[in-house]
Amino acid sequence: MTPILEARHLSRHFGALRAVDDVSFSLAPGELLALIGPNGAGKSTCFNMLMGQLRPTAGTVILDGTDITGKKPRHIWRMGVGRTFQITATYASMTVAENVQVALLSHHRRTFAFLPYATRLYRDEARALLDTVGMADQADRHAAILAYGDLKRLEIAMALAHAPKLLLMDEPTAGMAPRERVALMQLVADIVAERGVSVLFTEHDMDVVFAHAHRIMVLNRGQLIANGAVEAIRADPKVQEVYLGGGTLFSAERAHA
Amino acid sequence: MGLFLAQLLTGLANAGALFMVASGLSLIFGVTRIVNFAHGSFYMLGAYVGYSLMQVLPGAVGFWGAIVLAGLIVGIIGALVEVLVLRQVYSAPELFQLVATFGVILVVQDLALMIWGPTDLLGPRAPGLEGIVRIMGEPVPQYDLALIAITPFVAIALWYLITRTRVGILVRAATQDREMVGALGVNQSLLFTGTFFLGCALAGLGGALQLPKGGADLLMDFTILAQVFVVVVIGGMGSLPGALLAAVLISVLNVFGVAYLPQSTLVLMYVVMVAVLMWRPFGLLGREEVAGELGQVGEPDRPVRPAGTAVRVLVAALLAVLAALPFWGGSFAVVLVTDILIFCLFAASLHFLLGQGGLVSFGHAAFFGGGAYVAALLVKYAGTPMELALILAPLGAGLVAIAIGWVALRATGVYFAMLTLAFAQLLWSLVFQWGDVTGGDDGLVGIWPARWASDNDVYFWLALVLSVGGILVLRHVAHAPFGYALRAARDNAPRAEAMGLDTKRIQHAAFAFAGMMAGVAGGLFVFSKGSVFPNEMEIARSFDALIVVFLGGVKTLSGGWVGGATFKGVEDLLVRFEYWRLALGLLIIVVVIVAPDGIVGGLRKLGERLGLLRPDEAPRGTAAPAAREPAE
Repeated sequence: MTPILEARHLSRHFGALRAVDDVSFSLAPGELLALIGPNGAGKSTCFNMLMGQLRPTAGTVILDGTDITGKKPRHIWRMGVGRTFQITATYASMTVAENVQVALLSHHRRTFAFLPYATRLYRDEARALLDTVGMADQADRHAAILAYGDLKRLEIAMALAHAPKLLLMDEPTAGMAPRERVALMQLVADIVAERGVSVLFTEHDMDVVFAHAHRIMVLNRGQLIANGAVEAIRADPKVQEVYLGGGTLFSAERAHA
Repeated sequence: MGLFLAQLLTGLANAGALFMVASGLSLIFGVTRIVNFAHGSFYMLGAYVGYSLMQVLPGAVGFWGAIVLAGLIVGIIGALVEVLVLRQVYSAPELFQLVATFGVILVVQDLALMIWGPTDLLGPRAPGLEGIVRIMGEPVPQYDLALIAITPFVAIALWYLITRTRVGILVRAATQDREMVGALGVNQSLLFTGTFFLGCALAGLGGALQLPKGGADLLMDFTILAQVFVVVVIGGMGSLPGALLAAVLISVLNVFGVAYLPQSTLVLMYVVMVAVLMWRPFGLLGREEVAGELGQVGEPDRPVRPAGTAVRVLVAALLAVLAALPFWGGSFAVVLVTDILIFCLFAASLHFLLGQGGLVSFGHAAFFGGGAYVAALLVKYAGTPMELALILAPLGAGLVAIAIGWVALRATGVYFAMLTLAFAQLLWSLVFQWGDVTGGDDGLVGIWPARWASDNDVYFWLALVLSVGGILVLRHVAHAPFGYALRAARDNAPRAEAMGLDTKRIQHAAFAFAGMMAGVAGGLFVFSKGSVFPNEMEIARSFDALIVVFLGGVKTLSGGWVGGATFKGVEDLLVRFEYWRLALGLLIIVVVIVAPDGIVGGLRKLGERLGLLRPDEAPRGTAAPAAREPAE
């Protein structure tokens, strides 16, 4: 089966810094793949290259058999890739439903239309999407006053508007309370199961990652140091080294105590 | 060779005053994020105050003492303006403070007229420096050489202040992140007032220093303002070395322009500015503006809602009353309201761009004047009938907007605003200097409406239909899919791009559309006046529209025309008095302080407080997080 997304020898350098260094991986249809790594490992840089916000220094990105390296975000979106941002990105001057309706307007290529009133367009579709993420009851609230967790869910509804085959989620649970995190990732897992969407996400919360990811990749200092099933990653000494340190500091402290 | 050198020296001498004024503006913008429109007024005050002091203080000591004192006095006046006016409106929406500074311009203009009278004042010569020096056979005024010698000292003193002192560190820190500076316990109010003092003192110093060369007159505020904007933008907003570099560049270019290409004088500096910004969108030494850092962003806009039936009926009824004006108002009222209607459409078109698109244009008069000139030229040279001219005027203005938008939209924020200003000035100088075709300063006259519309009442109805129709179209577009796409691009461009929206193209279309609507107003204007002059394109006209949009309320749907109608109506009432600018300026300042959300925004808040309107739920403390994505 052809992978839905494939990164081949992806690199991005900022001056002498190799933020992402020769990273290759692939994502199978219907897979929920986690990209983890400590702060500064290059996760967001990697993400921004996949979605076209950042041009790779070297390497290629293949979406469903098509080379999309260097394409603009809006073109990649049109090819069926949705994304959510690390810091939620919604339209503060609109209602919750209108946020989703704008995504639908874009999907139906009506952005340059002058008729009719936009609030009346695709309202039912927007409601259905909001229902998926459990936000239907807040459809007519002003998006600027939502709680952060609700904004995250709204963003997912917006990202689903064009029925994407792939979702890129940059730290979907960042800034949320622990209980909310689990609920949100459960929601994402359900979407993957029901809609057959493939998801690549970065995450800091290991509970979230180990509970839901089908497979995990570990990035450290720009390089992919591990890639495999959840149990294998948990047991990988290199990963433990990165996340727990060599234990030298901690054991030294214990020796003092 | 001698002549070349002499001209170079003149250019360098002119650069001195320009640098001082520009560095002041740059400092103020860097620290407070206020685009100080009144900076030219402080320069003018410096010249007048210096002149008066020189009459009193004797000799060389008196002359130089007067210059320094003028700087100090103007600095104190600037600090007072900051404390009394601007401090009240720091939390207002982005760029709103410039409205207050516009009010200051008007006040200063009339105060100067009251105190020093309407005649131009000839500056006294500097004692001991009255003569000329011959350099390679060419005469060079001694005072020019003195200016060339003084400027580096001022520049070095500033450089020392900014890079070597604690105050300088705070100022630089504030230009990078003023909230952080505040969080670190620095008294921001004091820092802002101090910056205003310094910036205005520099402007006053510049004004007093150029007295022996240029004297003092009541037009010098706007003349220098245009130049200073150009200098600051070319150098990079907030950069002092950039200001010095650009001041020298512009002054020298101007001198050579006058000598070798006299017909280009007005156009030249704007051409240079456009060229520089196309090459470096943030000026020679400027840095990139991050979205939303131009002052506080304020609370986010409310969602727009189509008007309910009750409102529609009410509006229709009011329009019916207005349409019957020829039957209940006098003939004077008919002419006056025609004026107001046309201006309202012009204001509403800018309001659309600013409010819906978040695109602050300082040069919207280009499209109003552009439409007016297209219509006038068509009538004059092609004998075009009025009906056709009224259709072609917006098309012409729209084409101009497409061309200008194509370049200006490469930049964002203040740089975008300055590019639109530059293009408007380019167009203005083209019209002004291409006298054979456009009539230059004499304008184009005898452009009257078609026979059926020549009656004032009939023309009023025509203006009513087109203006109100235009305003309704603008309002409709805000509710249409295109309006939503435009707001999406404004609210969060990266999000919109990652959602298939081509934000630049959407903004370009909006820019052209707003230009077209201004063109409709321009076409109507020509036939109502029977003539058009270059001042319909000048900076002051662009500012008029900008001011009323802010006064009406940017973050509301009807702020444009409400502001336009109020402002124009009040102006028409006030112009009968001798010092109407003073009154209007003070009124603007009062409105700015009392209603920082504009007239409509203020009324809405009042209505909510009185329980007449349903309020928005309490917004979160801050606006949505900035659309920045830190790359890891």
